[in-house]
Amino acid sequence: MAIGDIPSTQRTSVGNPELIVHHAGPDPAPGWVGWVTTTDHKRVGVMYLVTAFAFMMLGGVEALLMRTQLAEPGNTLLTPERYNQVLTLHGTTMVFLVVMPLWAGLANYLVPLQVGARDMAFPKLNALSYWLYLAGGLVFYGSVFFSPPEAGWTAYTPLSSGPYIPGNGTDAWIFLVHLTGISSIIGAVNITVTIVNMRAPGMGWGRLPLFCWSMIAQAVMIVLTLPVIAGAVTLLLTDRHFGTCFFDPACGGSALLWQHLFWFFGHPEVYIMILPAFGVISEVLPVFARKPIFGYKAIAASSIGIAFLSMLVWAHHMFATPLPFVVLVFFMLSSMAIAIPTGVKVLNWVATLFRGSIVLGTPLYFAAGFLVLFTLGGITGVMLAIFPIDRQVTDTYFVVAHFHFVLVAGAVSAMMAALYFWFPKMTGRLLSERIGKWSFWLQFVGFLATFLIQHSLGLSGMPRRVYSYRADTGWGLDNLISTVGAFILAAGVVLTLINVLVSLRHGRRAGPDPWKGYTLEWFTTSPPPAHNFDVIPRVRSVEPMRDIRDAIRDGRAAGGSQ
Amino acid sequence: MIAALRRGTLVCLVAVVGVLVGGSSRTASAGALLPERGGSPNADRIASLYTVVLILAALVFVGVTATTVYALVRYRAARNPVAAQIRGHTRLEIAWTVAATALIVFLAVFSMTKLDAIEHPDRAAASPAAVAAAGVGERSQDSLKIRVVGRRYVWRYEYPNGAYAYHEMIAPVGVTVELDIVSVDVAHSWWIPKLGGKFDALPGYVNHTWFRLLKAGVYRGQCAELCGRNHADMLAQVRGVAPAAYARWVERQKNEIAAAGIAAKRARAARAG
Repeated sequence: MAIGDIPSTQRTSVGNPELIVHHAGPDPAPGWVGWVTTTDHKRVGVMYLVTAFAFMMLGGVEALLMRTQLAEPGNTLLTPERYNQVLTLHGTTMVFLVVMPLWAGLANYLVPLQVGARDMAFPKLNALSYWLYLAGGLVFYGSVFFSPPEAGWTAYTPLSSGPYIPGNGTDAWIFLVHLTGISSIIGAVNITVTIVNMRAPGMGWGRLPLFCWSMIAQAVMIVLTLPVIAGAVTLLLTDRHFGTCFFDPACGGSALLWQHLFWFFGHPEVYIMILPAFGVISEVLPVFARKPIFGYKAIAASSIGIAFLSMLVWAHHMFATPLPFVVLVFFMLSSMAIAIPTGVKVLNWVATLFRGSIVLGTPLYFAAGFLVLFTLGGITGVMLAIFPIDRQVTDTYFVVAHFHFVLVAGAVSAMMAALYFWFPKMTGRLLSERIGKWSFWLQFVGFLATFLIQHSLGLSGMPRRVYSYRADTGWGLDNLISTVGAFILAAGVVLTLINVLVSLRHGRRAGPDPWKGYTLEWFTTSPPPAHNFDVIPRVRSVEPMRDIRDAIRDGRAAGGSQ
Repeated sequence: MIAALRRGTLVCLVAVVGVLVGGSSRTASAGALLPERGGSPNADRIASLYTVVLILAALVFVGVTATTVYALVRYRAARNPVAAQIRGHTRLEIAWTVAATALIVFLAVFSMTKLDAIEHPDRAAASPAAVAAAGVGERSQDSLKIRVVGRRYVWRYEYPNGAYAYHEMIAPVGVTVELDIVSVDVAHSWWIPKLGGKFDALPGYVNHTWFRLLKAGVYRGQCAELCGRNHADMLAQVRGVAPAAYARWVERQKNEIAAAGIAAKRARAARAG
């Protein structure tokens, strides 16, 4: 049959029969009831994505508030108290309520489609993980009406555990970490089981899409590190309310213990946020270069290598604390080592573009922007690994610039690439390429203006998390440039939001396979039916969809698995 | 498309130039592209190490960016309608993995050779005359030990003779100063950029660093770890003075504190009586 007209009724049972039995349920209820009661991985995925984008707008407004406050020395837009609250909300929102759930949402939508499954392994748990995430976000933002947390997203003790901050905002932060943490752990187990057990016939590990490889690596990191932070915030909660003394030196606790526990989670967390981005880039580049990915095995293996090494580098966040020399040296070397698998990935991506026939679509713009800017963020990461250098630049705007290069130019750019790439699959309509490219250039220029100059601010001594600075520091001009850049960046993001809202109704019809994709999600209609596939094809390479197109072109039978 | 790409490159260049101009408008070029230096040998050594790393980093970044932009221009569909179907190249991949490893190993070894001079106070290099004049000791190996106490939102400095001061630390030029850094409440971070890296003041722990002022002057810094609402106002500065002037100051400071203590005791006694 032709790809375009797969009937919506389920009539063929091929592949693993068990998968089909699971999902022969009734059609979803119409309207919003259908959404809130859904266990369909695609609907859960879309709810994740929409919620995370909404939180991203909140986090973005918080960023602009801070940038406006810092635009000139001695500004009084925000009080010191308000500034600390806004910076805590911004960091926590972007990490726990935006980047992690964006990837959870995308993985929810894509992983079953890419492996040729009809849903996630545990659809009800899947819905639960979304509702836990939303609950975490609501509990956290509920604190805005009382006393928002103000100890930073890292909640260092004893500032967060002692009597130093009035109000219970830190407790809201703790519950957010608990709720979103459970949500992530459940999600990670679900993704892992889905990938391990529900792959289409013929899809061995060597034919698994690279996005799924990165999600497997990410899931392992989540399962190993989120329980640690869950335990740590529980200790913090009992220190705050039940008289325990884990982090208070006055009664035998250790303030440094918190930092070890936090960063044992916190550093893998960075890779939890960036590995799915690597996966997206590995999917987008080959499609737009019209070439297979260069070095599939190296890219898959380096994801696993990064996941492993990421658990051995946490103390590089603590180079300014009292640590023995040998510990400093160990974490310097391990942190440098992680640049090797990351560098290998970057080289493979660049090689994928080489000798391709590159189609300059909007997803490729964002992927190329990712390549350049993420590389810069990775390189400053190596500089930060050298602990004497780290002590000059840590806790300054240099490190702020570094992690925004990794998480905004890295994770958010990749998310933009993913949005422009997979939006047609999710909605059946293409986003406007023209608005998309405008959005890209605004984001690219705005990003550079915001964050490149911040390296310089940090080197000249401006610490992070300050609500203001004096005029005689000479930081005024650089801060003003950074603030202007932030508004340009925000305009770029808003343009994409407008693009989404307009294209939902007026976008060009996409058809099942607008980009001539390589993976199985392009085999079904856009948007896919509730059961995803009528026929699950037998997979014979890393690019099953290309095989199917070739088979159709050559007049051979397409699609069937036997 | 090409115009768009050129525009992108142009924007990058403008941004880089912007950073350079922003830096040159400051008093020193340090602080724009390099860490601050000029106050103490350890800060200078960090800046030198940073310079070498920055040059290597710039080469890698320019290499990756130039190759990416070249590929995007040279291999766009209009110029290269047929893509080469290459899945990898084992020897090439091994080669660049080895090359990346070699670069990292070089950086690691190079950094390790510089660690000792940055981490450990070079007492022997201090001027014996300065050490003697400051009243610290007789030999150049002798260093001045100052205890730095972080407290919301002010730094306190405790000198060996019992004198103490807030906010501004007076220190002799040419003498190695060793700091014991502590906190009495939350985590703070001691940082004077021109005098080296930052060291956290954590309650329950003692952190250590050192500096040796190369010339007189005021060196400014501020707390670098979020310590509460007035974190941004927790400033610090070190004033470098001639060793003899330091010796006079620290003696006078001790006497004034003692006198003030006696006066306060008398006043209390008078009130009670």
